[in-house]
This record gives sequence, structure tokens and C-alpha cells, in this order.
Amino acid sequence: MDFKEKLLDSHLAFEQDVDLLHPIHKYRKNALKRFEKDGFPNKNDELWKYTSLASIVQKDYHLSPIPDSNIELKDIKKYFLNDIDSFKLVFIDGVFSPFLSKTTHDGMDICVLSAAISKSKYKKTIKKYFNKIVPENDSLSSLNTSYTKEGAYILIPKNVEPEDPIQILHFSTGVQNSIWLQPRNLIITESNSNVQIIERHQSLSEHKVVTNSVTEIYAESNSFIDYYKIQNDLLSSSLIDNTFISQEKDSNVSVHTFSFGGNLTRNNLRFYHKGSNISSTLKGLTILESRQHVDHNTLVNHAKPNCESYQDYKGIFSDSSVGVFNGRIIVEKEAQKTNAFQQNNNILITDKSKVNTKPQLEIFADDVKCSHGCTVGQLDKQVLFYVNSRGIPEKEARALLTYGFANNVLESVNIPNLNKRIKKLIASKLGVNLGFDL
Amino acid sequence: MLEINNLHCKIEGKSILKGINLKVNKGEIHAVMGPNGSGKSTLANVISGHEDYEITKGNIYFKSNEINELSASERAHEGIFMSFQYPVEIPGLTVTNFIKTAINESRKAKGLDEMSSREMLKKIREKSSLLDIDSKLLSRSLNEGFSGGEKKRNEIFQMVMLEPELAVLDETDSGLDVDMLKIVANGVIKYSNDNNAVLVITHYQRLLDYIVPDFVHVILDGKVIKSGDKSLAKMIEDKGYDWLKKEKK
Repeated sequence: MDFKEKLLDSHLAFEQDVDLLHPIHKYRKNALKRFEKDGFPNKNDELWKYTSLASIVQKDYHLSPIPDSNIELKDIKKYFLNDIDSFKLVFIDGVFSPFLSKTTHDGMDICVLSAAISKSKYKKTIKKYFNKIVPENDSLSSLNTSYTKEGAYILIPKNVEPEDPIQILHFSTGVQNSIWLQPRNLIITESNSNVQIIERHQSLSEHKVVTNSVTEIYAESNSFIDYYKIQNDLLSSSLIDNTFISQEKDSNVSVHTFSFGGNLTRNNLRFYHKGSNISSTLKGLTILESRQHVDHNTLVNHAKPNCESYQDYKGIFSDSSVGVFNGRIIVEKEAQKTNAFQQNNNILITDKSKVNTKPQLEIFADDVKCSHGCTVGQLDKQVLFYVNSRGIPEKEARALLTYGFANNVLESVNIPNLNKRIKKLIASKLGVNLGFDL
Repeated sequence: MLEINNLHCKIEGKSILKGINLKVNKGEIHAVMGPNGSGKSTLANVISGHEDYEITKGNIYFKSNEINELSASERAHEGIFMSFQYPVEIPGLTVTNFIKTAINESRKAKGLDEMSSREMLKKIREKSSLLDIDSKLLSRSLNEGFSGGEKKRNEIFQMVMLEPELAVLDETDSGLDVDMLKIVANGVIKYSNDNNAVLVITHYQRLLDYIVPDFVHVILDGKVIKSGDKSLAKMIEDKGYDWLKKEKK
């Protein structure tokens, strides 16, 4: 039996654990049908031309793994941003850990999706938002929807601004080898609210894990979301991250994706504009080595006038790592005065590393400003000589130039502690200590 | 301090230097002049250790050690500095972080501890005020969006920060207006002392009005064809290089 069949067959068992009468169950059923029809994407699909899931989906996985109940704070503390007691949602092998998390229902909701689904007080919200921006033709999202059970649920009410960033942390422990996780996150920021969120998927041991995650984000009018994705997992882990963002008028959403690890990582990041004066920012920094593969597949759908989007993705590739950037911008007829910017710059450190980059602009309005550019190159020899001539040896010189190249993605990381963390990660990636606070 | 014996060098198979001899002692300022394409900049690059230039014959000695095989960074650790004719831009890296790294890498190579932040800051303040550099410039990306003059001044700033024993200034006067020329020249003069040496490479005599050389050498077709004192530079200013070419024939 192949894995697709297993997913279809196992759904009966999954249904024994969920409320079949709940309104969202029909989404699950329909999504399962679509997945049955569409199956996993393959290379004939234009959006999957440069990334193959074949090696991943030809294997078998546990669908509802047994979580390791022995995980303690000390095992995962280093992945927490602060020592301070800020809100966080911790999932171990897909199961929420109340013991390691800090949730709230006081003034805002930071809790889990299963609770939001089961409690009647959230019924209206779930009905209004759940699965409303996930495209039907996206088979991996359909798969996630069909198995929707658990994930983060965050609702920031009108005019509320949580003081500290909220962390969503998904750990896998390796109690069972080969596991397939499908977290489902729902995030809503009501008008005039402002929140920072950090999301991370991390294996605690070298076992095979694939995560097929879906996150729906709804930014209501004039709300601000600053979202950070930290992808620095072990080589045994793969991640398919599907993030859909719906923005109402005057909202401002920014997503930074830091991809430093993992086996195969696919980031499907989609922005949909529902009002005017919206700002969307998509920034990515990818630093890869060995045989890592990261694919950024972005979409900004400009549907309303006077909105702007800004995309800046940078990649640095060593060994035989592979990067893909496919950035699609759609400017609909109504979206006059759109200002859309897209940039993708890459450095190939080795001959064996590879980048496929493809900007895709579809513009149906006539009064718009759109620009895009991509570069693939190596570190400039003359620049290296210049740096060497100042007494900075080859390895450090390369690291310094790489850091400079990556730096403008870091400049907009608004959480000082996170900025510091990421710089440390970069320094350790580059294997240097440069004598200033990198 | 610097001794170059019968230096021949090639780039991409093409011979550029064809037997250069040059000796520079501590406390001296030398000027190397010559028309375009004579090999002046090649000489600067070879002394600094640019890998594209292949030494086919002859030797470079620095402080009595042969340095033919040393890398650019090792030469910098020995005390050689080059001010570039075309300083490169490094977006995303501030002047301050660049110079901090450069200083600390040299210290590391010498087995010294990193310079303390306080000491570094003090030194940066002192040297930048010497060159009339606005502190805002130091927190900008290295040379990015700098004017030609600002780039050259930034080269001299790096020089006074790194305190090399030999400073090779490759066409440092090009692209400078008179005011900036004075500031830059003044920086070089203040740096110059009995324990270091300066090699000024220039097409025109203009810079030498401010940085007065003890010796002037003229390069033509990869060879030093004439050496003299500062009056040689004056003669070139008046008569150009053609008379030297004729004299050579």
C-alpha cells in the first residue's frame, strides 16, 4: 500500500477521535475527497517543477505518533526566545503540552485549535474563519485540512497589543521513527491589534519526520502582524509549510522566513488582499549546506487599490544544496496604484550548489509600479582581495561578505533577542567568530 | 623595509612587470610615476599579494623576509597596506564593523587578544576626526553610495586605523577635489614617521605637492627607467613622459 492510500484508509481511524457532527468535519470530508483526486503534487505541476516530493512520499509514516511524555523543560528550553515567562504553545509529536506551554484566555485567546473547535463560545469565530482562504486546488493543504485536529489558535481582540512575542513550537522526539505531522494553526488579529509571532519546527533526535503544516492568518483592518519562521531543523526532517494570509484594509503583515536547516523545506506563502492601503512584507534568508533543499513559493494577490508589497529573498548555497524561488505577483484590474517590489539574490559558494529562481508577474491594472529582479552569482574576487588585503583571511572574508549580503534581511527583525539569536546562528553556520557582534 | 629585485610578473599570460628593482627604507616616502598601462597599479597589486598576478621571476622582500608566497591577508599581518584605486563597496557591512574585524584578525594572527570595545571606539573617534570623517559615515555600509572622495578618504582612514609599516597608495588622488586632496594628504603626512614608509603611486604630480617624496621613480613598460628626487616629478609635470620614452630609446 502506498502512502497516499494509507492516508485515505487511515482517515476512518482518525474520525473516531473527532466530533463528526461539528461543522468543520464537512471541510475534512471534502478536503479528503480532493486529496484523493489530486494526490501529492509531482513535477508535472508547474508549481512543483523544481522540488520533488517523490523521495518523501514513497516512504511510510506513523500518522498519529505516540508523543514522548518524558520531555521536560530542560530539553527544549534553549529553543525559547526569552527566559521570561511569555506566551507559548508547545506541541510534542503533534500533541499539545499544557505543561510546557503558557496559554491565556484573559483579554486574548492564545490556546489550541482543538479547544477552539470544541467549545461553543468559539463557534462563531471558527465558522467565520476556518478554512476560508485555503485554495481548494492545493492538495497538500487539502490533506492537512482532512486531518485537522490540533494546532495553535490565537485571537488578538480589537486594540490589543501583547507585550511579548508569542511562540509556536512544534517538537518531534523520535519515540517512533518516521512520523508525519499535520499541525493546523489559526491566527486572527482584530482591528487595531498588533502582535509578534515566532514559529519553529524542531526535531529533538535524528529520526525521520515530515511536517505538512497549514497556517491561516486573518489580519483585520489596521492590525499589525510581525511573523517569524525559524527553520533550522536536523537533516532528517522535512517541512511543507503552507501559510495563507488574508489582509483587510490598512493592515500590515510581515513574514520573515529563516531557512538554515532541514532536509527538504517548501514554503508556500500566500497573501490575499481584501481591502485598500495594505502593506505586505515577505523576507527570506536561506543559508544551506550538504544536500539541503529549500523552495520558497510566494504569492501576493493584489486585489484592491493603493496597496504595497515588498519581497526580498536572499540565499547562500554551499556543498550540493539547492534553492528554489518562485515569486508570483498578481495585480488585479481593480488594484490601481499598486506598488509591488520583488527581489531574489543568490550566492553559490560551490560548483555543485544550484538555484532556480523565477519571478512571475501577472498585471491586469494599468496604473501600477511593479519591479522584480533576481541574481545568481559568486562572491566577487576583487571584493575578496580587498577584504583579504586588510588582513582578513579567506574564510573570515567569505563569512564577512556573506554576512553583509544577508544583513538587510536581518535589519527588519524587530525583536532584539531574535535578531541576536539569528546572527549567532549565522555565525555558527559560517563557522567563524568575526570579532564584532554578528 | 621593502626590497624588490628583478621582479617579473604576468597576468592572464601577459607580461606586465619586466624586471622591477626598488628599495624603500624606513622613514622614506617614495613616489612611483608613469603613464597609463606602464605597470604602476600592477606593482601595487603584486606587493599586496593579489592572486591573479603571477610572479615569474625575481623577489619581493619585506623586513628582510621573502614574501612572494604569502597571501594578501598574511602580508597585511606583516604590515603592508594598500589604498585601492577603486575601493570596493560592501553593502550590509558597516565601515566600523569592517575595520573592527580587520584590526582583530591582525591581532589574532599576532597572538594578541581582541581590542576592547572601549579602546576600539576611542581609536575610531580619534582617527576619524583626524580625517574630518562624520561619524554617520562610519555606520553606513562600506563605500556604498560614497562619493569618490569619501571612498579615498575612507581608504586612508583604514590605513591610519591599521597602522601599517608600509602603505602603498594606488592613485589615491584620482577623483579628489582640492579640499579632499588636502585632507587625505594631511592624513598621510601625519601617519608618516621614521618607522614606516609610504609608496605613492600616481599618474600626476599633483598629490606630490602635498605628500613630498624623498624619491621619485618612473616606470615605463614594466621597468623603472629613471629614479631621482622630487625634482623629477616636477619635470614630468612640465614635460610629460614622452621625453623619457625617447631618452630610453
